[in-house]
Amino acid sequence: MAIKVRIPQPLQKLTKEKVEVEAKGRNIQELIEDLEKRFPGIKMRLCDEKGKLRRFINIYVNEEDIRFLKMEKTTLKDGDEVSIIPAIAGG
Amino acid sequence: MSYVKGLICKECRRSYPKRPLYVCEYCFGPLEVEYDYGRIKRILTKKEIIKRSKNMWRYWELLPIDKYPIVGLYTGFTPLFRAKNLEKALGVRELYIKDDSVNHPTLSFKDRVVAVALSKAKEFGFDTVACASTGNLANSTASQAAEAKFRCFIFIPADLELSKIVGTLIYNPILVAVEGNYDQVNRLCSEIATKYKWAFVNINIRPYYAEGSKTFAYEIVEQLQWHAPKHIVVPCAGGSLITKIWKGLKEFYKLGLIDKLDTKIYAAQAQGCAPIVNAVKENSEIIKPVKPNTIAKSLAIGNPADGVYAVSTVRESGGWAESASDEEIVEAIKLLAQTEGIFTETAGGVTLGVAKKLIKRGFIPKDESIVLCITGQGLKTQEAISSKIGSFIKIKPNISSFEENVIKKIRR
Ligand SMILES: Cc1ncc(COP(=O)(O)O)c(C=O)c1O
Ligand SMILES: [Zn+2]
Repeated sequence: MAIKVRIPQPLQKLTKEKVEVEAKGRNIQELIEDLEKRFPGIKMRLCDEKGKLRRFINIYVNEEDIRFLKMEKTTLKDGDEVSIIPAIAGG
Repeated sequence: MSYVKGLICKECRRSYPKRPLYVCEYCFGPLEVEYDYGRIKRILTKKEIIKRSKNMWRYWELLPIDKYPIVGLYTGFTPLFRAKNLEKALGVRELYIKDDSVNHPTLSFKDRVVAVALSKAKEFGFDTVACASTGNLANSTASQAAEAKFRCFIFIPADLELSKIVGTLIYNPILVAVEGNYDQVNRLCSEIATKYKWAFVNINIRPYYAEGSKTFAYEIVEQLQWHAPKHIVVPCAGGSLITKIWKGLKEFYKLGLIDKLDTKIYAAQAQGCAPIVNAVKENSEIIKPVKPNTIAKSLAIGNPADGVYAVSTVRESGGWAESASDEEIVEAIKLLAQTEGIFTETAGGVTLGVAKKLIKRGFIPKDESIVLCITGQGLKTQEAISSKIGSFIKIKPNISSFEENVIKKIRR
């Protein structure tokens, strides 16, 4: 299962400057574990010491915020697109 | 000349240089400007401030610019006035309106943040500025970008009020209407911002941009003869303004410009988009995003980036949070107009609608000083109230028609 993941700027050093990478997983949690195997160190940046997603990171599956889905348990399928985006201001 | 030391992560306190950076590389926390308050304290006295021109730059040592500002030279120092009629209507003793509905040049508090953002963008050497906006930021960015001769891209949700669209297009930016809500516009823009090296005022310029809002608080204090009020009600969308009002008060306290820090800050949102209010009421550490559905489009941000800081502002200061329904927003817009002669937009309706509730329920005591933040102009959101304000009486151009149709029919 290949899922396209868009990597935000602060993490692109870990992905050798790649903006878009491929990874596998049946849900977001597994996807993060798989990303960690491919790009060691990335999990620590996405999750805090307790393994929970950091609060200033928003993750979207096919443009929908996972907080409207099932958070880390949100299921993924082949061809899904995942974006990892830092929270930003607005108005 | 500048008193800025650099940027610092609000979460893990790592330091960063003064550059167009906005998020901590390690923990994704937002970056914030750090000043040398020791040096500022020696210079920025009341005596010094009151000698200066009446605009937001009279507090420039507390703003993150290194050179003379290039736009917004007349922004800020908007009226703060005692609202005697509204005091009566609400049954309170001491109520003030801080009125940014007449801010220069585009009639909202956003002129303050954009003035800082575009001045900073010029310092950084950008030739293009951009923003994702719920309307007011669009107006202000487009206006000030025209003056500063930047190329300008503006991204808005496609369903914005006509006046906010016209009030943007007149400055001839590249206006992109995205089919989706603001949070979708914002998400798209953050992806665009990684790819195109523009100064996105609310993304990579955000740490600088947000500081402009502090001047709203500085002015309230100065205009109350260097006293902070006991209560301030603030409309919230992304939660930046409320956070910076609190920061501004804390800075004035640190600099000895006020001798007490005992202001309670209240967050106001629309019922159809109240993620910050919900978190305060549920005593939650996290913000649950919502899908906005309200006439207060300027505040329709369901995923507020500074939400957690807005919540901690309310908690730290001992304030509270409340929301107003669309109907209450309209009623409040009318009440402010018909008591004080001020026509505010939906965000101002949210502020007053919420203040009314907080006073009625005893969260805000009736005998202490209260400031309402009126942050935008009513002429920009006419759709929200045009069908709810009655209509004119049409007559023939003669006196009998006047008397027949008007004098005989009016009941006041
Ligand atoms: C008129 C008005 N008031 C208040 C706000 C809220 O500002 P913030 O996003 O900083 O919470 C906005 C934001 O767009 C606005 O347009
Ligand atoms: Zn950090």
